[in-house]
Amino acid sequence: MNAATLFGLCAAALAGLGLFGLIVNPHPLRKILAFNVFGTAVFLLIGAIARRGAAAGMGGDPVPQALLITGIVVAFSATAIAVALLLRLFDVTGRVSLAEDATADVQAPPGEA
Amino acid sequence: MPLVAPHAMTTPGGLLLVLLVLLPFLGVLVGFVLGAGNARRVALVTLVPGLGIAIASAAAQWQSGAELVYLLGGWPTPLGVALRADGLSVVMLVAVAAVIGAIGIYARADFTSPQGAPEARKPFTFWLLLLAVWGSLNLVFVSGDLFTLYVALELLTFAGVPLVCLDGRGETLRAALRYLLFALLGSMLYLLGAALLYGAYGTLDIALLAAAVRPGPVAWTVLALMTGGLLAKTALFPLHIWLPPAHAGAPAAASAILSALVIKGSWFLVVRLWFDVMPGVVTLSAAQLLGALGAAAIVFGSVAALRQQRLKLLVAYSTMAQIGYLFLMFPLAFDVGVNALAHGAALDGGLLQAVSHATAKASMFMAAGLIYAALGHDRIADLAGVGRAMPVTVLAFALAGIALMGVLPSGAYLAKKLMLDAADDTGQWWWTLVLEGGAVFTAGYVVLVLVSVLRRRPGALPLQRTVARSAEYAALALAVSSFLLALAALGPVPGDFVSNPLAFGELATTLLVVLGGTVLALGLARRPIPGDASTAAGANVSPLRRMAEVAGSGIERADLRIRGWAVASTSLLLLSGLFGGLLFYGASP
Repeated sequence: MNAATLFGLCAAALAGLGLFGLIVNPHPLRKILAFNVFGTAVFLLIGAIARRGAAAGMGGDPVPQALLITGIVVAFSATAIAVALLLRLFDVTGRVSLAEDATADVQAPPGEA
Repeated sequence: MPLVAPHAMTTPGGLLLVLLVLLPFLGVLVGFVLGAGNARRVALVTLVPGLGIAIASAAAQWQSGAELVYLLGGWPTPLGVALRADGLSVVMLVAVAAVIGAIGIYARADFTSPQGAPEARKPFTFWLLLLAVWGSLNLVFVSGDLFTLYVALELLTFAGVPLVCLDGRGETLRAALRYLLFALLGSMLYLLGAALLYGAYGTLDIALLAAAVRPGPVAWTVLALMTGGLLAKTALFPLHIWLPPAHAGAPAAASAILSALVIKGSWFLVVRLWFDVMPGVVTLSAAQLLGALGAAAIVFGSVAALRQQRLKLLVAYSTMAQIGYLFLMFPLAFDVGVNALAHGAALDGGLLQAVSHATAKASMFMAAGLIYAALGHDRIADLAGVGRAMPVTVLAFALAGIALMGVLPSGAYLAKKLMLDAADDTGQWWWTLVLEGGAVFTAGYVVLVLVSVLRRRPGALPLQRTVARSAEYAALALAVSSFLLALAALGPVPGDFVSNPLAFGELATTLLVVLGGTVLALGLARRPIPGDASTAAGANVSPLRRMAEVAGSGIERADLRIRGWAVASTSLLLLSGLFGGLLFYGASP
């Protein structure tokens, strides 16, 4: 087994862990972390693809590496937005839960202008 | 027209594509620097040249008859990145520019910050996000490679999510967070697909991939993953987890953007993927599954819409049903002869459907928002007398509703005709049923709203405030343009599809649709008198009515369960798996 295959398998394992966490954990912060684990799996896979596609004498194919960097930036911004929303949610409601409480939905009218 | 060999050079008019992407984002930056007082002005000033450039690019594409191409930095593909616009793209570009413009006029009165007041967060954010949504959508339409499309989709999500929670109340923040997390799951699946595709073929350029991709384990996996991820972003049943709560609390202008435009971005990407990147990988059974999800969305969304007590939520659930419509074209476009998806009447119909939905649905949300603003509530049961107080708004709602029904001579009518034609040609009679039945469902909730709005009110209607004239006319203009889309029959759409609206056959169909809708509305809607169905008055209710009540509340409860996080995300993965399986088993050996 060469390095690229090994990293590919690691990526598969991480993807499984991330998806499991994203589905099962009720806490939003854990969901955000699980999303990042899943994202890391995809980035690791892209890294493995870059290594596998390396031309002779080079460490890796530069195109996937560029994709990887962009992907990380996007995932970072996504995490930042999610955490900001979560903090605000806690400030406003005093609790963090994604569950829709049906009673509050029905009674509170929308506050649009 | 399938994409052929990649162009090695920039075509004349290619620069317009760059401007289309740059201009809105330039507006975002300038508006951001100039601050809240000027954000509105910057946005409105940007809208005019933006519409002009979109029309110019459409004209350039029309004249040359080929796609417009711009190679960034002059690097040819596969090393460089290309922007491309074919017929599909320019239609969407113009439609989006027009709808954004109308939303801008509509929101002009609502989202202002008073002179001299400290920076108001809500209008400031709204105008910047409006431009950001527009720029990201333009990027989605002109991107020529799958990774740029990923970035464009993420931009679209990041611009769409804050629109949900503009007013910053708890439940809107929760809705925004749910939307964001679910969309992120979808986009990661998409990125995973893109990575696998690059690993197998060494490029992500759409034109190069179209020539290279062959059915096989990689292509099946990639298409299944990407489709699943994009459907989650489009909120196709059963992945509509974020759609109803997001619309419940967002301001009407934001709802119009989300429902009419944002979901079209990921829908467009599914179309690109299935029709242009992997038409040969798609199998008939996979296309049937996509259509079946659409049909389920129509039934589910329409019944849920009929059960709503608030106008805004009714329109939101009707969006869910209309999303289903957009996916009916996939099985119809499948050419059994060559075992691939083909560009043709079905795709034209689907595109026309998307455009007429974008205009009509935006108009509906605007009308609902105006009614809410004027009355201070939008309880459907208490809307009597609105028809007399706000005739222009109600006319806009009615026209938009009729346009969505697909009654002659609206754009959706032409779209339906094109798709019915394709259903006949390919011998898939069951889609004829869905297409006609969907119109009946649409008629159901439109009739429900119109009846309650037009009812006479004993006293004077207490209006909280008067709404801006310009906003009312913006909604009306969009509804009318949804009708005028049928004029496409004179130009790009071939054939003799438009018949005399007063001919017996057409008239009978229209009447049947409206009658069927009325029956549905009578059967499934909650009774306008509050508390009727649940109290002792229900004792002398006919068994038929009781059955309808059970079915309606059953669907409502199922909807709540399907929208649970664990169920939705599991069904996303299951759906991806199902698509993969169908692609694998359907492939001819």
